[in-house]
Amino acid sequence: MAADNLPSEFDVIILGTGLSESVIAAACSRVGQRVLHVDRRNYYAGNWASFTFNGLLSWIEEYKQAGQSEEAVQEDWKEKLEEGEEALALSSMDTSISNLEVFCYASEEPEEEVNEAEAAAAAWSVPQTPDSEGEVERCLLESSSVEEEEPVVASDEASPASGPDAGAEHTQQEGQEGEVPSQAEETQGEEQQASPSPAESQPEPKKKITYTKIVKEGRRFNIDLVSKLMFSRGSLVDLLIKSNVSRYAEFKNVTRILTYRNGKVEQVPCSRADVFGSKQLTVVEKRMLMKFLTFCLDFEQHPEEYQDFSEHSFWDFLQTKKLTDNLQHFILHSIAMVIPEVCTVEGLRATQHFLRCLGRYGNTPFLFPLYGLGEIPQCFCRMCAVFGGIYCLRHSVQCLVLDKESGKCKAVIDTHGQRISCSHFVVEDGYIGADQRKNTDSRQISRAVLITDRSILPSDSEQQISLVTVPPVEPGGPLVRIIELCSSTMTCMLDTYLVHLTCSSASGSAQEDLAPVVSRLFYTPASPGEEPAEGEEESRGPTVLWALYFNMRDTSAVDRSSYDLPSNVHVCASPDTALGSDHSIKLAEAVFRQLLPDEEFCPPAPNPEDIIYDGEGPQGEGPGFEEAVPAEGAGVQGGESAERQEGKEAVEEAEGAGDAVTQETGAGDEPSPTSEE
Amino acid sequence: MHGRVKLKSTAQQEEEKRKEREKKLKIYVAARDAIFTKRMEGVLDDEALQLTQQLLSSNPDFATLWNYRREILLHLETVREEDDVQKTYEAELLFLESCLKVNPKSYGSWHHRGWVSARLPRPDWARELGLCDRCLSLDDRNFHCWDYRRMVVKMSGVPVDQELQFTDRLIGSNFSNYSSWHYRSTLLPLLHPESPDPPSPCHQPSHSSPPPSPQTHSHRVCEEQLLKEYELVQNAFFTDPNDQSAWFYYRWLLGRAEREEMISCVFVSREEERVAVAFSRPVNASSSGLMLVLDGQPQRVEWRSVHPHFRHSPVWICELPPGTISDIINEHNLTVHWTEKHTHRDCALYTGRSESWCRDSATDQELFRSELSVEKTSVLQSELQSCNQLLELEPQNKWCLLTIVLLMRALDPLGYERETLSHFQTLKEVDSMRSAYYGDLCSKFMIENTILKMEYAEVRVFSLSDKNLTMLCHLDQLLLVTHINLSCNQLLRLPPQFAMLQCLEVLEADDNTIENLDGLYYLPKLQEVSLKNNQISKLSDLQLLTSCPKLTCLDLRGNPVTQIANIQSELTELLPSVTDLLI
Repeated sequence: MAADNLPSEFDVIILGTGLSESVIAAACSRVGQRVLHVDRRNYYAGNWASFTFNGLLSWIEEYKQAGQSEEAVQEDWKEKLEEGEEALALSSMDTSISNLEVFCYASEEPEEEVNEAEAAAAAWSVPQTPDSEGEVERCLLESSSVEEEEPVVASDEASPASGPDAGAEHTQQEGQEGEVPSQAEETQGEEQQASPSPAESQPEPKKKITYTKIVKEGRRFNIDLVSKLMFSRGSLVDLLIKSNVSRYAEFKNVTRILTYRNGKVEQVPCSRADVFGSKQLTVVEKRMLMKFLTFCLDFEQHPEEYQDFSEHSFWDFLQTKKLTDNLQHFILHSIAMVIPEVCTVEGLRATQHFLRCLGRYGNTPFLFPLYGLGEIPQCFCRMCAVFGGIYCLRHSVQCLVLDKESGKCKAVIDTHGQRISCSHFVVEDGYIGADQRKNTDSRQISRAVLITDRSILPSDSEQQISLVTVPPVEPGGPLVRIIELCSSTMTCMLDTYLVHLTCSSASGSAQEDLAPVVSRLFYTPASPGEEPAEGEEESRGPTVLWALYFNMRDTSAVDRSSYDLPSNVHVCASPDTALGSDHSIKLAEAVFRQLLPDEEFCPPAPNPEDIIYDGEGPQGEGPGFEEAVPAEGAGVQGGESAERQEGKEAVEEAEGAGDAVTQETGAGDEPSPTSEE
Repeated sequence: MHGRVKLKSTAQQEEEKRKEREKKLKIYVAARDAIFTKRMEGVLDDEALQLTQQLLSSNPDFATLWNYRREILLHLETVREEDDVQKTYEAELLFLESCLKVNPKSYGSWHHRGWVSARLPRPDWARELGLCDRCLSLDDRNFHCWDYRRMVVKMSGVPVDQELQFTDRLIGSNFSNYSSWHYRSTLLPLLHPESPDPPSPCHQPSHSSPPPSPQTHSHRVCEEQLLKEYELVQNAFFTDPNDQSAWFYYRWLLGRAEREEMISCVFVSREEERVAVAFSRPVNASSSGLMLVLDGQPQRVEWRSVHPHFRHSPVWICELPPGTISDIINEHNLTVHWTEKHTHRDCALYTGRSESWCRDSATDQELFRSELSVEKTSVLQSELQSCNQLLELEPQNKWCLLTIVLLMRALDPLGYERETLSHFQTLKEVDSMRSAYYGDLCSKFMIENTILKMEYAEVRVFSLSDKNLTMLCHLDQLLLVTHINLSCNQLLRLPPQFAMLQCLEVLEADDNTIENLDGLYYLPKLQEVSLKNNQISKLSDLQLLTSCPKLTCLDLRGNPVTQIANIQSELTELLPSVTDLLI
């Protein structure tokens, strides 16, 4: 269906498919609003998106080029305006991503062609300075050309992802215990530039992770732009359960909480089983920790314990609790996950939240969605579509049509020049032009995405999902949060780990903020594929194979009143730095309450068997409805079958939506607005 | 209202559900009737298997159907080739798995699985262990699964050390698990027996060699392993001191085996021509097994327990034929044989002596190191230290307090008496629901301490006045006591066990709340009884005193019974031998 055939009237038009926007779309559609949901990108979820490796490379390229070319779709929309109306233009450019830097440390050739690999590696000259944008671009160009010219597959890469668990059994422990040096020696002899990776199993030769392999396998895993986890009792999980949207996704439990302390990565005992099993705590420490945590669980019941400290910082309060340094560190950085200066009650509340989430689904308080966080907005989009919402990707809004008298937004003019009226307009912050921002007091998030060859803390199982808190390496530095994902989360290939680093940007670029932490915890080879010196394996962290740094604008703290926009235009903030997604969910609910104060927010979706289909059961709910019934019935039925049969396809289509505008309607065919019948 | 989904109303839904249920019920009842008919007709065919399968898959707790299935399967075994039988049973296991998903705690399904596994021509025990592990990972306290697993382990001979690792794993994931701790307590003595022999790796039970000392040491664990276990369990109770499973395991670790059954005392009285025998444990000696040899001559005597209440008793008495030992100038040698345990004890009654005894004293036997073992003192001392450390952090924790009390008793019951008493006081306060239990336990310990003091003083006078006693125990240890003072306690009764005080002459039990005198039964030497200020209210309560032939003094002042009209004359009539009656 061509985009210019869109209905000319909707209740709500939503621009941007990030988490808040998608939740609002689902909520509105669920209670019967006519929803048009569009995004100028060719993928869902905006800055919340997850990409295949190749998709991520394209995304990087897109943002590199964004600065140069303006989109030339400027149509003359003046003629669409009627008397008493004025236009308010939206920005056609996304400026939320900056300071992109890409580094590749993996050797890029298939192992067989050693000489070529060396040659190529030499040509790769890794950019060492942040200002080498040109070089990065060259790298990218080269990488893509490599991809095109040499789709040749090295024979030993034939079954990289098969039998994930069989491979996982051969632990890195083996590698730790002295087998790697000898093997590394061997491989060094055979292939000079091979990148180090943990020994897989005794008899098999060690597999190397080359850049070519990452690119080739890149379709199998998804990399997130935003790195967050879901608190088991956070508002996102609650909403997923309440609305039945959870049925569209799968989740894994985060398996361990780690922290960086005294130059070492340590496991943080946080559950009862962890505390019991911990070897690093004395029995007395165990008791102190459990006692403190038990108190936090219902601290409101014991005001006498903390009242005197309500004016003091949480850190001061911890000092008085007879806790050892060890325990203070664990509680502050890894359990409460707050800065020392935070007030006592806030620290206690954060600790309490952590503890309440603990044990709901497993031994840590967090869940991670399989295939990445980008799945979540898409799940809500699907819910919206099932209830009749209409989707267009690569489709945007040029300007809003305002009623001069009321100052409200009456309609929008889309990028095809069509005028579509609406009573509410919801928009992601990134689409707002500079003119509409009064105080653009936005912050920046610094992000790094690494692909590494082994876990930051090897253990019996290779399939660990770890949250690592890294306190400021120097006073005043940022608190860095690391999430390390294993291959079973479908975010990286077997024998590699995907590592996300996140912090609030202090002042500089993502690289300036995060590179110090990367160099402390990881090993970045001087040249691609370089082997570490023998015997250094132990002391050195995992080898970085590929790294991406970027900054993302964080508008979560911007007040609504800072925007110069009509009252029925609602702005959704970009992702924030927090670990959970509570801010976005609360925002979505707040917007929904403004839109539809009398409706329930995301009530449970009905069971398929409780839905009345065409010709079944009593029809209509009152006079004036009869006409509408057939169309509705058809729409619902279509939606249901679309959900059931095409379930996954809908999202795949969305992901691969390179060509033309993807348009989903709940009916799976042309929507039939009642007005036309 | 574009795209709005229309839903059935609640009433509609309920109506549909009701219809659905009715339909299901009809099918169910029809199938059940068909099955019963088939069974009555003795049909044992595949169709019956299918029908029962249908019903059981929705209701796996229908025991009759499982029985019928077993009949059919047994029949099929006789008519089918082994390979087919194997296949049939494998299919049965698969079906059972689906039943366990419906109800993971179904008695019927687990029992049937055990039956099938045992009959399977070529059982796959590894698979069964895997199934158990899966079930236990979902619910680590599913005792059906624990039972079945024990059977699988036994049938497949899983090595003990592997099983110990299994408990390590379960305890690691959640230590509030009695099943796992208990399982450890059965595995450790097999893997690390206490005996000096090198630890045997297989199922060699350690109690095959007879124990040398009065304490049997079977089911005990070698000290090195014990220390590791102490550490493990301390991790548990420091992590969560309110979880009792770890404390109970700790009690077991610190505990010692039951005492061996033996004769601890033989007492003979010339005047009454009576022999009393005390055992280390209650026994039944009424029929046979206990033999008395007097001066080389087996005697035909009738043994009876001290009170008709007891069929098992630690104290047994018999009357010798009149005139056997009554002459004071004769010396006699007695031997009592306890044939059940091939043990005996001698006792000589010398010329000029009116009575004689032979016994192990309570101090010799370290009798009252109560439930705790006689591990090396240094080990217990360090355990006491860690518990005290925990108590500092958790001054209100009852498990910790109680364990400290037990450790103190194991180390030095008299030395720690004051601290023990103060801990009991705290226990009664923090755990008021069980204050009576603590009262009884404290009474027990006070009695033990008094017995020890009496032993050290080598006297036969036992004074326990003003000790807050709520009950009496260890009365078998007081066989030789002649004077007892129980005044100013909170006793409610003199229990039947009191009749074990065969030598008692004077009883003082003033200022209690005694209302029952069951224990004052055939006490041959009892002369004086003082029961001032108690709760004796009926004349019939005093009836038993008639069985004490030597009673001459009775003080009943301050008892309700004295309010009865004509009490003086009634009592004189009831107890003519009493010359000093105070009411």
